[in-house]
Amino acid sequence: MQSHILSIILFTPLLGAILLLFVPKENKNAIRWIANMFALAGLLVSLPLVPWFWAERFSPGFKFIEGTANNWIPSIGAGYVLGIDGISFLLIMLTTLLGWISILSSWTAIETRVKEYYIWFLVLQTGMLGVFMALDFFLFFVFWEAMLVPMYLLIGIWGGPRKLYAAIKFFLYTLLGSVAMLLAVLFLYFYNFHQTGTYTFSIPALYQTAPKIFHDTAYGSGYAILLFFAFFLAFAIKVPMFPFHTWLPDAHVEAPTAGSVILAGVLLKMGTYGFIRFALPFFPDVVMHPKVRAWMIALSLIGIIYGALVSLMQKDMKKLVAYSSVSHLGFCTLGIFALNPAAISGSVLQQVNHGISTGALFLIVGILYERRHTREIAEYGGISNVMPVYATITMIMFLSSMGLPLLNGFVGEFTILQGTFMENKVWAALAVLGVILAAAYLLWLYQRVFFGTVTNPKNEKLLDLNPREILTFAPLIVMALWIGLYPKPFFQILEQPVNQLVATVRPGYPGTNSVNASAQAAAASPAKEAAMVPAKGKN
Amino acid sequence: MVTVAQMFERSDYLMSLPILLLTIFALGILMMDLILPTEMKWVNAVTAFMGVVFATAGVLRIQWALDNSRRVWMPAFVGSMVIDHFTLYFWYLFLAGTAVAILMSVHYMDQEREQHGEFYALMLFSVVGMMCMAAGFDIVLIFIGLELMAISTYVLVGFLRRDRRSNEAALKYLLLGAFSSGIFAYGLSLLYGLTGSTNLAIIRDRLTRDMALTQNHADPVAILALITVATGLLFKVAAVPFHQWAPDAYEGAPTSITGFMSVAVKAAAWAMLIRVLGMGLYPLRTVWVPLLIFVSLATMTAANLAALTQNNLKRLLAYSSIAHVGYMLLGAVAYGSATETAAMTDGVKGILLYLLVYTFMNLGAFAVITSLRRRDVIGDEIDDIAGLFSRAPTEAVLMLVFLLSLAGIPPLAGFWGKYFIFLSLIETGHYVLAAVAVLYAVFGLYYYMRIASAMFMRQALDTERIRAGGAMWGALWVSLAATLVIGVYPEPFIRLVNWSLNVSNNPAIANLVR
Repeated sequence: MQSHILSIILFTPLLGAILLLFVPKENKNAIRWIANMFALAGLLVSLPLVPWFWAERFSPGFKFIEGTANNWIPSIGAGYVLGIDGISFLLIMLTTLLGWISILSSWTAIETRVKEYYIWFLVLQTGMLGVFMALDFFLFFVFWEAMLVPMYLLIGIWGGPRKLYAAIKFFLYTLLGSVAMLLAVLFLYFYNFHQTGTYTFSIPALYQTAPKIFHDTAYGSGYAILLFFAFFLAFAIKVPMFPFHTWLPDAHVEAPTAGSVILAGVLLKMGTYGFIRFALPFFPDVVMHPKVRAWMIALSLIGIIYGALVSLMQKDMKKLVAYSSVSHLGFCTLGIFALNPAAISGSVLQQVNHGISTGALFLIVGILYERRHTREIAEYGGISNVMPVYATITMIMFLSSMGLPLLNGFVGEFTILQGTFMENKVWAALAVLGVILAAAYLLWLYQRVFFGTVTNPKNEKLLDLNPREILTFAPLIVMALWIGLYPKPFFQILEQPVNQLVATVRPGYPGTNSVNASAQAAAASPAKEAAMVPAKGKN
Repeated sequence: MVTVAQMFERSDYLMSLPILLLTIFALGILMMDLILPTEMKWVNAVTAFMGVVFATAGVLRIQWALDNSRRVWMPAFVGSMVIDHFTLYFWYLFLAGTAVAILMSVHYMDQEREQHGEFYALMLFSVVGMMCMAAGFDIVLIFIGLELMAISTYVLVGFLRRDRRSNEAALKYLLLGAFSSGIFAYGLSLLYGLTGSTNLAIIRDRLTRDMALTQNHADPVAILALITVATGLLFKVAAVPFHQWAPDAYEGAPTSITGFMSVAVKAAAWAMLIRVLGMGLYPLRTVWVPLLIFVSLATMTAANLAALTQNNLKRLLAYSSIAHVGYMLLGAVAYGSATETAAMTDGVKGILLYLLVYTFMNLGAFAVITSLRRRDVIGDEIDDIAGLFSRAPTEAVLMLVFLLSLAGIPPLAGFWGKYFIFLSLIETGHYVLAAVAVLYAVFGLYYYMRIASAMFMRQALDTERIRAGGAMWGALWVSLAATLVIGVYPEPFIRLVNWSLNVSNNPAIANLVR
């Protein structure tokens, strides 16, 4: 059972989608129930992973490995191999949680073509989980591309007024990056063959050979940098990093609420996950190349500040949240390229935080939109008078998103900033601007929408949250408080993979203790657990 | 002195078994058609289908004989025909494409009120021509096969006698096709003059010898021969700048014939191209590789850009099919420029696998368009397919699968065609070409998704539900099954292509598989 747990988690949503094919489309409530059951089942089957993973959190390497290399298409060396480490574990749990929440939140929001909607959503869920689980580059690529199709349809069919434009833009941008990545990985594939004599897409095998390209006299650093940029293009578009972000506001604004939640909560994380899983360990010398690193950091910082400034000026709530994602993801990439244990574990935690907070923000916007069918900030005012529960939940999530201590956002951002500070004080100083601006745009938004008296008569009779809606927020609030108050378990889960990553990229970096130090500082937790120093070295 | 009768061996009759069977069935249809009443014309289609089935059995028999002989190839008809796995692979491919195209035609030709026996007979005759092209090892046989196929196709394109578009298409195709055949024949005659033989193996050996004598400086006459032959070949596969006939012919032809032309006819042209360029003219590869690089870049650029603005589905798919030729040509480039055996086979492997997956996904797409045809609606504009999901959900989803496969999204079959092409390019160090090719794949996605967004995201202009006949559903489901199965589990098909090229798995991989 334990050895197949990943496959079970992976295919539960797909099973639901296949089952839904046979339900007549007129029977909307049955479809909703089945979809919700399977989404919940997807979350429930992933829960046993928590204690099992916790027991092995300090052991090195990938866990719960399923399948052997090259078992799928032996002729080309592709395998159905799944496995997770701490980083993918957290993202998988985030995916199953958000998947359930977004399907639950669609109950009344989606009235047309209900059957297709849930089918595509469940297919999307499987695609996203596959991306985080695959230990074979080919398998990863298949999930990475296949997942674009349901998202394209979700935006294109159930989206807002400019849905066609937004959907195709999203699809084309992502495809452009991923085909570049495919070429780069084919190069690695042949390089691996020339080094070892085997054709394989197995990620642990490529970890061994890919870093050698930089020092190989036949190719050299120029090739390595080009290959890195092919990967960079794929992941930077997905994150999105600054000059590649233009698809994001369109896709987020036009997508249906649940689509935005998944897009912000999970899809963007695939980019940062890609950097951590592939770009860094494949090309450690390129990443540590001062010029490359300076560019990465600069783009992250521009993203942080630019995203925040643009958010400040938005008249549409959803657009504001969309641009705030650019800013928050800038923190994540900053953490990745600051390249020390604190910054990277902060970055992964911040990715989870962003999924929770921004997912909740999109739900919040969606709830108002469902009631009033407008997202113009100017249409609202004094909502806290008519919807007190809603206003409270919104406040919690806003505070979490802007990084108030005791809530999750603070822990992530603080750890990233701490790690960045250790590398370069100027970078950290610039990044702090983003935190300040986040407080500005979120609190200003809150003030305009919730405070004051109800000026618009249309808002006088708005209904407060119903139990189903409260249920969608409850797990998010619990998670926000948990990470905010006691993040130590999360840092412990991240410790081993992050240290190993840093050891690969920066051999000899004395960083194993800083993770725990930052965790303790952030959580003010007096407990001092002896940090287990994991075995350094490559996979 | 050996008499002509002594030159034939008994095995020659076996080797021509599928060709003979198809000819007999075609002639049978022509005679049977005279006595069949109008409402019974569908029997012609059944007979043609049976002919394909019998021919397949014949190919299986030949394969059995070949396997038993423990040889990798057998000559037939004094070396003018070669039966090897490559030939058999293409024969199976032609027969599969033809079978699906026949299934697509039955109901459609009723709708067009052009249900005649000649239609199916001509299809079978053109398959006979294709088989000669794929098996031909002698430029005379290849040319005869080419002409048989081409003339049958000219008639098929113009089969809708009452439709001006169809007549125009047939005339254009005939004029341009005859012109290109003339150039091709001229090139072949130059080759004969240079080498004194019509056999491809002898041509190759003589050219190799001549090249060695002149320190790899190709004889100007050889270059002229190469360029004229290449012109004929590139015309037949519809590569830019010899593609102008394709959009018109594809648009005007009966839709099921458009599908047939874009897969079977094209596959035959590719078989011929690989045999002639890759075998006979291989010594001149230093000349034709740059030529093909130029042609493939021009093809991908022109076809992808032109496809962006098309509003007619058949025209759009015609340009897309030209674009696919551009990718396949890159496989030939990799083959020609490779120095290692593995890289050489990877290039051809890419082409063969591409043709296999393309056969099914493209026929599937054309089958959906064919099913849109009703008495009063031609149904080949993008507007006709708008809102298809509300009119025919199953067909809309099938079309989506075919389009995504054409765009090369994994895990669908079309991805594997592109994958092996890119693989062979990276393997032979053509990084820039590979980068350009993937860039055009993004263009491709845009125009395929235009169709998809029309089907799923627009309102239907016409609310009548679409009903497809049983044969059409057969064609659709076969195409879908092939597209999905090859996409998700390509291993047996990669092995099939390896088998057709007589490469066992790479030793490096063989070790892994154990």
